[in-house]
Amino acid sequence: MRIKIAFSKTEAMRYTSHLDLQRTWERTLRRAQLPLAYSQGFNPHPKINLGAALPLGFTSDAEIIEVWLEEQAPLREIESALTPVLPPGLKVQDIQETERRVPKLQNLIQSTKYQVKLAESTPDLAERVADLLSKTSIIRQRRGKEYDLRPLILALENEEERHLQMHLRAQPGATGRPDEVLLALDIDPLSAHIHRSEIILEGE
Amino acid sequence: MLTSNEIQARLERVLPTVQKPGRYTGGELNQVVKDWDAVRTKVALVFPDIYDLGMSNLGLAILYDLLNQRQDVLAERAYAPWTDMEAAMRQNEIPLYSLETKHPLADFDIVGISLPYETLYTSTLNVLDLSRIPLFSAARGPQHPLIIAGGHSTFNPEPMHPFIDAFVIGEGEGAIGEIVDTVQTFKQRAKNGERGALLRELAKIWGVYVPSLYEVEYHEDGTFASVTKLFEEAPLPIDKRIEATLPPATTRFVVPYIDTVHNRAPIEIMRGCTRGCRFCHAGMITRPVRERSVDEVITAIEETIHYTGFEEIGLLSLSSSDYTHVVELVEKVHERFGDEHLSVSLPSLRIESVSVDLMDALKSGRKGGFTLAPEAATEKMRQIINKPVSTEQLLETAREIYTRGWTTIKLYFMIGHPSETLEDVQAIADLCKAVLQEGRKAIGGRAKVNAGVSTFVPKPHTPFQWVPCDSIEQIKAKQDLLKEQLRGRGLKLNWNDPHETQLEAWLSRGDRRLAEVVYQAWKRGAKFDAWGEHFNYPAWMEAFEDVGLDPAFYTHRQRPLDEVSPWEHLSTTIRKKFLTQDYLWSLEGRIRIDCREQCFACGILPTFAGLRRQNPGDVWQCPEVKNKRVQVIRENQVAVRT
Repeated sequence: MRIKIAFSKTEAMRYTSHLDLQRTWERTLRRAQLPLAYSQGFNPHPKINLGAALPLGFTSDAEIIEVWLEEQAPLREIESALTPVLPPGLKVQDIQETERRVPKLQNLIQSTKYQVKLAESTPDLAERVADLLSKTSIIRQRRGKEYDLRPLILALENEEERHLQMHLRAQPGATGRPDEVLLALDIDPLSAHIHRSEIILEGE
Repeated sequence: MLTSNEIQARLERVLPTVQKPGRYTGGELNQVVKDWDAVRTKVALVFPDIYDLGMSNLGLAILYDLLNQRQDVLAERAYAPWTDMEAAMRQNEIPLYSLETKHPLADFDIVGISLPYETLYTSTLNVLDLSRIPLFSAARGPQHPLIIAGGHSTFNPEPMHPFIDAFVIGEGEGAIGEIVDTVQTFKQRAKNGERGALLRELAKIWGVYVPSLYEVEYHEDGTFASVTKLFEEAPLPIDKRIEATLPPATTRFVVPYIDTVHNRAPIEIMRGCTRGCRFCHAGMITRPVRERSVDEVITAIEETIHYTGFEEIGLLSLSSSDYTHVVELVEKVHERFGDEHLSVSLPSLRIESVSVDLMDALKSGRKGGFTLAPEAATEKMRQIINKPVSTEQLLETAREIYTRGWTTIKLYFMIGHPSETLEDVQAIADLCKAVLQEGRKAIGGRAKVNAGVSTFVPKPHTPFQWVPCDSIEQIKAKQDLLKEQLRGRGLKLNWNDPHETQLEAWLSRGDRRLAEVVYQAWKRGAKFDAWGEHFNYPAWMEAFEDVGLDPAFYTHRQRPLDEVSPWEHLSTTIRKKFLTQDYLWSLEGRIRIDCREQCFACGILPTFAGLRRQNPGDVWQCPEVKNKRVQVIRENQVAVRT
């Protein structure tokens, strides 16, 4: 049985890296005593698969993990086994069964949406957003590599002086980072709280 | 001092700027958060190194569990921040705080520090400084927390004596509760009462050493002369504390979100060791041997998995092969957890093929390699250190290990044992190559040997407490030989920085005068001494110079057998006569067999005869005590010595 769990990642858990989150889920699933499927070999690992990595410090209520189970079980039972053993900072939003033939999660992810709250109000925020969007290319450097941020921004809106909504492309080799968008807007990402609100999969 | 909310707010800005912020957030599964204002006594438990290391400390995990079981007590954790976080905390004026509720350490009633090894001393001062608690006990007032410390290195706590209010010598499970009780009674009786009165009360607790209640003197040549107590009711000597039987195992461990050094659940199957290796500090100070039953261990594993979901359990002891029911334990583990994808490790196995059977039965992964600790490579050295293993048996075990699917064998050795020569060191290299040769025969070019060669440091309370430590030059010559010999395909060598070895050697057999050196070294920037990249040797040398002490006095001197050691008033209850005899035996190359075969009257039984009589049977590996008369010896001993 293959299931897809949508979950939120908040509180102290937001400083847990992708790899450490993987281990945290493994332990959570073990505590829930779900019949996890394992890989073959000398050092078998549970077959689980986390979606798009969330940068350290960001919160989210739209994370996805896929889990393979040895046996079929009703979704409601799975949820009631998981709920009491979740660590602080993880919360299950939804559990669905996935078809076995569907490609891996990572290959389905198209784009992600973020809500950004700024610590200080930026009176000319609307102008900065409009200015950025009017550009045809935004050449930036990340880890020594030059890339164009502009085509990765699918949508960028500001609601008030300290609130931004972003919709960014998230495909292999073409993933937009919200902190990069903030830097392009001349805003210090450290003064912002970045929250992922949605992961959009192919066919959704 | 900032409030917990103010600290929390400042952390919001600081955490995204530091490496591994998960070290500083708390909020993990199984942490215990109580209502701060509703709890009478607050205890902060501190490991004076980073979270990644401190989270693996079993002692603190046990105390955390025990203290939080009490309704009137809360225990929270704190660790030393890494250098980037320390800089950020100092810049933003954030004091060291507890992970659970972000209260400054200075707001707690008791701060308990774990000191398992000497290289944590300067970081301990740094922790106090970051907490804005006066470093010196004498400078603290009624508004400051009581600072206590325990752990293996506190069997000679003298180099830390002015910084810690009270040490627990020995096992902490029982002592911590009595310390809390005493603090509670004291605070009830006298709000903001005189601190000295509290310390005098604490000194009456079995195992508690309050250094300010004693005075020491030295001879003109700098050697230790005597210790005098300044308070009538303070004990002299201070006998170590033990638990008559091991209390129920801790199973509800805090589960870290980030990766840590030993990211697994530790379950102690046995405390103490009967082998009597002469270099081994732990083996001497943790007597008598007490075991948990197989059923108790199995239940503890079950509970641990239930509460934590850990995929790995470490069954801990100083010598797993000597656990009486080790075969039965391994069978039951396999039977009960064989299908659960649980990895169970059993460290410290003896060099014999039975150990390979045990590891096989545990279905342990092959990738980590199989560890054996022969410690020495020649017959002569093995007799001196009292670890008799034959080369033939080692090679046979190695053959078995390679044949059964392991490709790597880790071999642990020590250089610098008393009367060791370069030939003995050469033999280490030869032995590693011989083991590799066995591997090549069995599995060809895939075979590997990793040699971990540490340097012997003479430890207090051991039969080697009188011997000099190798000089830096001697150590380097021996390491150079090994580096030259142990290279090439399939061979790997790890060794220790000889300067770090010196630091450990100064402090482990140091006296009270070294406290000033520790302080001066810290003031010159020494901290994280156990981290190669941070170890600041020049700071230590300057500190010695400044204080006017010669480091070689502590390390490179053969101490006369009749010299009084600066740690003698802290009693492991092993008699000096026993240690002296064992040292003399080592000079003759005479082996002392495992004391389960024959009791050598080391001193444990006469002291703890009453406890032994109340706990008959297998729980102790010492013989049973029948003679009623023996019970009085403890009182007599104390009386005679005081």
